Amino acid sequence: MPYKDILKNKFNELKTKKKCGLISFITAGDPDFNTSFQILEKLPECGVDIIELGMPFSDPMADGPIIQRANGRAIKNKMNLKKTFELVKRFRKKNYNTPLILMGYYNPVHRFGINNFINNVKKNNINGVIIVDLPPEEDNELCLPMIKNKVHFIKLATPTTNNIRFKKIIKHASGFIYYISITGITGANYKSNQKLGNQIKNLKKMTKLPIAVGFGIKNKNDVKELSKRADAVVVGSSIIKKVEEAEKKKYNKKKLVDNVLNYVKQLSSVL
Amino acid sequence: MKRNTYKSGPDINGRFGKYGGRFVAETLVPLILEVEKAYKKIKKKKSFINEFKKYLKDYVGRPSPLYFAENLSKKLKGPKIYFKRDELNHTGAHKINNTLGQILLAKTMEKKRIIAETGAGQHGVATATVCALFNFPCTIYMGEIDYERQKPNVFRMRLLGADVEKVKSGSKTLKDAMNEALRDWVTNVNDTFYIIGSVAGPHPYPEMVRDFQSVIGHEAKEQIKKKEGKLPNLLIACIGGGSNAMGLFYPFLNDINVKMIGVEAAGEGLNKKHAASIAKGHLGVLHGSKTYILQDKDGQITEPHSISAGLDYPGVGPEHAWLKDTKRVKYVSVTDKEALEAFKFSSRIEGIIPALEPSHALAYLIKKASKMPKDNIVIMNMCGRGDKDIFTVAKKLKINI
Ligand SMILES: Cc1ncc(COP(=O)(O)O)c(C=O)c1O
Repeated sequence: MPYKDILKNKFNELKTKKKCGLISFITAGDPDFNTSFQILEKLPECGVDIIELGMPFSDPMADGPIIQRANGRAIKNKMNLKKTFELVKRFRKKNYNTPLILMGYYNPVHRFGINNFINNVKKNNINGVIIVDLPPEEDNELCLPMIKNKVHFIKLATPTTNNIRFKKIIKHASGFIYYISITGITGANYKSNQKLGNQIKNLKKMTKLPIAVGFGIKNKNDVKELSKRADAVVVGSSIIKKVEEAEKKKYNKKKLVDNVLNYVKQLSSVL
Repeated sequence: MKRNTYKSGPDINGRFGKYGGRFVAETLVPLILEVEKAYKKIKKKKSFINEFKKYLKDYVGRPSPLYFAENLSKKLKGPKIYFKRDELNHTGAHKINNTLGQILLAKTMEKKRIIAETGAGQHGVATATVCALFNFPCTIYMGEIDYERQKPNVFRMRLLGADVEKVKSGSKTLKDAMNEALRDWVTNVNDTFYIIGSVAGPHPYPEMVRDFQSVIGHEAKEQIKKKEGKLPNLLIACIGGGSNAMGLFYPFLNDINVKMIGVEAAGEGLNKKHAASIAKGHLGVLHGSKTYILQDKDGQITEPHSISAGLDYPGVGPEHAWLKDTKRVKYVSVTDKEALEAFKFSSRIEGIIPALEPSHALAYLIKKASKMPKDNIVIMNMCGRGDKDIFTVAKKLKINI
């Protein structure tokens, strides 16, 4: 299939509709391959605009306990990068229009092999990649090879980013900018504040790329509030918490999937 | 890198050849660039150098002696073996050389709070000590397993006023403590300084820690010249992250006739559980730098094992990875069992109870000494004392104390 920039199309579509997009984050293979496929498959019909799929890693330094445990469950059930690509391949058999992005840490990608990774990303129509521990200082590692292959390498900006730094970040940024709402790890508490609004406005002056905001966004209210400021919001830990909740209550797999998807529907209903 | 020198690394990108770098979350990058800038500035400043030297002398007790271990040398029927006695430092290991340097840097950067990771607890104690001295609140992260096996050090840290956080995630050892410290750092990035305990982590840490520890090698060079009128034939040190070894080796790197050996922990054996990242690791990225890392075929970090908590880390400092590739330093490994024998041997024959970490270096010497020329001179880094290990050793020997 020819390469189509469905990520860009999606943001254009959202813009025309004057709508803030919902980006959901789940960890590939959490709690196991089949269950996570059943969740993945239904995310678009629950109102998710863009899917972020976490590549499991044993040492997720930027993640809080919820996503740490999700990584742990996935790895325990033998999830790896190869199977993550299989998961996407299955997903893409029926869905070609929902942008899908991989997010994770560099070591598993490095071990898989850069060329091998890029080939698999392209082959499975994955639209972008976010690697937490590859800042612009390390663009030669993966960012530049990805851009050369026309896959978006999505950059992060944070409350510690000043204008000079942001210019450096956007030099090789594409797709969108992922703005981390807090100094902290995933699952921490997002607090609505004026500073965040100003920061987003400020970034918008410097780039035409859409800005998605994530980290610590926990409920409908947060989503609603942020939708006024951002082009998209990212929700991760609080979705994954629904997996954990279902496991704790010993729900069967179907009920687990429903537990997660119902929550996602609630989130998207306010957008 | 310039030719004919082994001392010009890292380059401006924080690389030693292909190793090192700055592989950290974006939130932390402005801060580590600030640390780099501040370090560059102070390291040449007379006032900083003098203050550092003053504390090393009056507080740590430097220079540490270079001791000719005559009994041992005779017994092994090999070369003349000297111990560089960093185990006599205040707090009992080389770790304090580094924490002292970093706390002075944190002070000039006007940071308000200190965090650190610890495995054996030696770096934790050394950090808690300088925090008490300079009146900083500090939080030390320690894996639950290490917490249990190094209880005396936990208590020491508490006495010194530190908060010790037990880390229950992952494999509950040093690497997980470092993950947790990094999580704290991204959360408290504005006021907190992270004192990393080895030549690991993102640039500029590997360079900075090496520089602070280089006092070991500089002293040793002066001392051996005075005692023997020449440079040694061989330097030998144990490798966890590699800071005591870098500290001893660095000032000698361009003295091409001085051979160097780094000794990793082979644990239960290289085909079983071990912590020998250079021997058995693969190129990868962990905790901010590219280096040799113990990992499975999926790139998941594997759990290391060593009887010595200080060597129980799945990576190694990037400069060592580079020194291995350039063949300037030879890297070998010894098992738990061999280290334990060396621990007992040194105690009996020299009256020096070594930490389990340098017992690894000693074990390699014990194995090889008889094959080395008798007129050779060897310096071994006795980088820590064994008080902290008596419980581990007693348990291993099935003795109740
Ligand atoms: C006495 C001693 N030696 C060695 C080490 C290992 O660290 P490095 O390789 O950085 O010297 C430790 C670490 O805790 C230690 O306590």
